[in-house]
Amino acid sequence: MKKTHLITRRKAIITGLTSLGGLLLTGCVKKGPPTYGNILRMGDALTYAAQRTLLPGQALAKEYERSAISSFPATGTTNPGSLIHRGDNPNIPYSEAYAHLHSGAFTGWGLSIEGRVARPKAYSLAELKRFPSRTQITRHTCEEGWTAIAEWTGVPLSLVLQNAGIMPSARFVNCYAYDGYMESIDLLDAFHPQTILAYGMNGQDLPTQHGAPMRLRVENQIGYKSVKFLQRIVVTDEFVDTGDSGWAWYVGI
Amino acid sequence: MRARYPSTLDTMRHKGWVRASHWIVTVSFFALAFSGAEILMVHPRLYWGDTGNDLTPALFEVPISRNYQHGGWEKTARFFNTPSSPVSASRTYDIFNKNGWGRSLHFLAAWFLVVTGAGYLLAGLFTGHFKDRLWPRSREFRLHLFWQDLLDHFRPLNQAATQSPHYGLLQKCTYFGVVAFLLPLAALTGLTMSPAITAAHPFLLKLFAGAQSARTLHFFASVALLLFLLVHVVMVIRSGFKRQMRGMTLGK
Repeated sequence: MKKTHLITRRKAIITGLTSLGGLLLTGCVKKGPPTYGNILRMGDALTYAAQRTLLPGQALAKEYERSAISSFPATGTTNPGSLIHRGDNPNIPYSEAYAHLHSGAFTGWGLSIEGRVARPKAYSLAELKRFPSRTQITRHTCEEGWTAIAEWTGVPLSLVLQNAGIMPSARFVNCYAYDGYMESIDLLDAFHPQTILAYGMNGQDLPTQHGAPMRLRVENQIGYKSVKFLQRIVVTDEFVDTGDSGWAWYVGI
Repeated sequence: MRARYPSTLDTMRHKGWVRASHWIVTVSFFALAFSGAEILMVHPRLYWGDTGNDLTPALFEVPISRNYQHGGWEKTARFFNTPSSPVSASRTYDIFNKNGWGRSLHFLAAWFLVVTGAGYLLAGLFTGHFKDRLWPRSREFRLHLFWQDLLDHFRPLNQAATQSPHYGLLQKCTYFGVVAFLLPLAALTGLTMSPAITAAHPFLLKLFAGAQSARTLHFFASVALLLFLLVHVVMVIRSGFKRQMRGMTLGK
């Protein structure tokens, strides 16, 4: 007589694959994750879908004691307004606008919030400092492999976005810097409580080499999402692939 | 005399899912080892604890790239007005960095390894594969059997010895260690390097004593896996390469 099983292996496998497909599908229905015509990007897209599906998106990254603050290398651009301070990348264009702001102690600096917002405007440093601030001692995880801990003070990005009146069609927040650098994050990362526009580092004004006068901090992402030398923020419904140079939009690890 | 169990050809055959997962894991492992070496070349220093960078002391440094012991740093700036203040400095050196594709390849291969590995672990538990083949029996734990098995690995292997349907004690311990310990350790320490994952599951940082300790353990797990691979391939060649390859691909 043929043995009857409640669950056969074949059934188990088919059920497993179907539910995996279901998991991936939720990503597709939400019009994301951004996909790429590149086989390596498959893994990035899968990581994005899996993390957005399985992880509680607003969990806080570990915060440390003041005594844990460590030395902190400044990499990438260290001064877009200086021809000799472009760090390890000779391709970064020189920014005359930044050089001018830098020599004037950033008095004329403003961060413009544009795109899918009800009230696009340029916020001055003083205005941004009047928002409720958040101070956090967190670990910076560089994609190169090193880590460093610093204390960051700034305004939660969510407050500024809400102040500008984010539209329902908004999906991504693209951050542009004076050194020509651009990074894009989704709204879950943008509204994370620890995602701040930082103007202070270790109790002082943000040093030039770490992105003065203001940089982004995205604590549950790899360091290269934390854009230095912020110039403007564009809220958009359109995915912009920042990966032209081969860098993944979402790594998450 | 070696301890042997009754042999039939049937018990010698590797099951289909064992063969499939073996080769998927093999290919993923090569991609992971290759891209892992590339990622390590970008920052070949290893640390213990939560932090570690070029401005802090390292446990040790692996001499594998031109980023090894580079000295291209500008004058350091103190964060605080204390003699032991942490410092900041910027690089004056164009570093080797191919992480753009390196990381993407590493994580794509990791997906294959983790999904296949999870399926293999579940199947291994539920089909009795681990219990029957990999779990060492208490009667196998005799000192003379251990010595015998160890010495056998250095003797010219004869056909009778390699025809055994069952793994020897050392094989069982090694395979079990790789499957149940080294590969899961590599996967978990890898996940511990993810800020998003440790934000959601902070126990990982506690378990591995910090993000940099996890990275260091990840490195040691990979080195152990590479050493295992080396011995594994040598033993496959010594015990009849063609027959073993046929057994692991076609199942006969």
